[in-house]
Amino acid sequence: MLRIVLFLLLTLIPYKALALIEVDITRGNLNPLPIAVSPLSIDEKSKQTFEKILKKKDIGSEISTIVENNLKISGLFNPLNKDAFLQAPDIANLKPRFEDWNLIKAQALITGKVNFIDEKLRVEFRLWDVLAAKEMMALAFTTVPTNWRRVGHIITDKVYERLTGERGYFDTRIIYVAEEGPKTRRIKKLAIMDQDGANNKFLTLGNELVLTPRFNPTSQMVTYLSYFRNLPRVYLLDIETGMQEVVGDFPGMTFAPRFSPDGKKIIMSFAKDGNSDIYTMDLENRIVEKITNHPSIDTSPSYSPDGKYICFNSDRSGYQQIYIMKNDGSGVKRISFGKGLYGTPVWSPRGDLIAFTKLHKGKFYIGVMRTDGSGERLLTENFYQEAPSWSPNGRVLIFYRETETDDKGEGFSAKLWSIDLTGYNERLVNTPTDASDPSWSSLLSN
Amino acid sequence: MKKLSIRNIDQGAIMKLNKILKNGFLIIVTCFALSACATSKKSTGQMQGDVYTGTDTVEYLASGVPDRVFFATNESVLTTASRETLRKQAAWLRKNSKITIVLEGHADERGTREYNLALGERRANAAKDYLMTYGISSDRISVLSYGKERPVDSGSNPLAWSKNRRSVTVKAN
Repeated sequence: MLRIVLFLLLTLIPYKALALIEVDITRGNLNPLPIAVSPLSIDEKSKQTFEKILKKKDIGSEISTIVENNLKISGLFNPLNKDAFLQAPDIANLKPRFEDWNLIKAQALITGKVNFIDEKLRVEFRLWDVLAAKEMMALAFTTVPTNWRRVGHIITDKVYERLTGERGYFDTRIIYVAEEGPKTRRIKKLAIMDQDGANNKFLTLGNELVLTPRFNPTSQMVTYLSYFRNLPRVYLLDIETGMQEVVGDFPGMTFAPRFSPDGKKIIMSFAKDGNSDIYTMDLENRIVEKITNHPSIDTSPSYSPDGKYICFNSDRSGYQQIYIMKNDGSGVKRISFGKGLYGTPVWSPRGDLIAFTKLHKGKFYIGVMRTDGSGERLLTENFYQEAPSWSPNGRVLIFYRETETDDKGEGFSAKLWSIDLTGYNERLVNTPTDASDPSWSSLLSN
Repeated sequence: MKKLSIRNIDQGAIMKLNKILKNGFLIIVTCFALSACATSKKSTGQMQGDVYTGTDTVEYLASGVPDRVFFATNESVLTTASRETLRKQAAWLRKNSKITIVLEGHADERGTREYNLALGERRANAAKDYLMTYGISSDRISVLSYGKERPVDSGSNPLAWSKNRRSVTVKAN
């Protein structure tokens, strides 16, 4: 259903052409790259057809708005005001008049064209280097018309990749917990939305408490904690079919689930007699293995991207700290030694960093450290925030933040926020209700 | 989900790069948190240290048998008052031998969700172990942790948090 076919459009760039523009995403971006996103041009007949099918007046300009919004959210680009554009979209796509774009200080330009062909949406787009007066990229793809938003995200991913040299993260989704009602009787539902907040959908009804959903990095499966029948247990949910099942047969509470990087195992905590240890279950042969064996609380496990190591949270030293171990549970080593308590370690998909929550002197921080615990950097401080989840390219973290309740018991809210690894570009992620426990999917178009 | 196939026409370009950003730098948020410490020692009449000693939220299983015990921050150790409450519960359970109970363990909002689930379980089990030493069979007791999901007081202050760090004994039948 979500298939999108991309195909070869043109071969344009001569070997060794030098592009002048590049965006360095390893630094806090104080000067976002000025980029012009020309509305995708569309012929009258296609326009009317799409208006009928999608109830969108001008699908070309809708798609370019998605691209623009994505680029803006990334913090690395500054999409320029369309009112200043001199060249018509269809002509610009054929051959931009670079002087015109130069005049409005655009360094890069995106142009394109939309058609309705054989019941499909066909989109082509080009990325131009304005200063060098050269085309940098040209791609086309066809898909079912209802996928039009994803087309915008894929274009953004391609542009981002071309200009930063890193994979994009725009054609992705976020699963999270939608919250409503008073703090003492909070109603929680699983919800899913596109990375930009569109297509929000609730996956459960709110009849039972649900917590900590996490994506399988290789499929559209999710693991989460549900209090179904007042038995807190780890479940699996297939987002496409809605099928659910309990993970394993444990005589007590299972919680804090995550997938292994190959998607074949679930790692989680099992609590019994006041002691929480870490277990894995193989989803194919259902074999359960006990990974930690310690009379302290061991929880929040997260695999390294190569699957060889696990970071986790334990209070074996007396307080919550972050530890790593081999995937068989051997070689346990504490890595957090700063002041305060540390929780929710999550290994970066790039493998080099572990994101965490830190509590120190009554404030909560989201931070990152190297996998040996060195180089700790705190990215953001607040009254309460936790549960970072990495974008698939390991450049952005999404987490949730709660506000303080005042003396009248009012003012509480829970919202999703994102922040770049650099500590810049902190943004509220819009959700229709209060929200917590976000988890970022892999790229859908891998 | 079907795979997306992509062929990129642009093979040749070698990115040689002028850094657009010359003055970017990594930000380090210094921790200068000076806020009130939740564990500050005080005895307000409703708290001893940071353990709740009041009765605002307490309900009764029977006359003179309080339903809950309270804990210090990050702790699952039973206080003297908690042990007294649990001995009363044990006596009541011995008298009413058909009653089964659920011990619901809770944490305050000042901790990460997953750790607090484990902490709630540990607190409820501390109460369970104590009831068992006073002769209540483990068959009659089940344990359920809510972590920080079900506070009784929605406030964001040390007193509210102290009321929420609790294990509540609930009749199951």
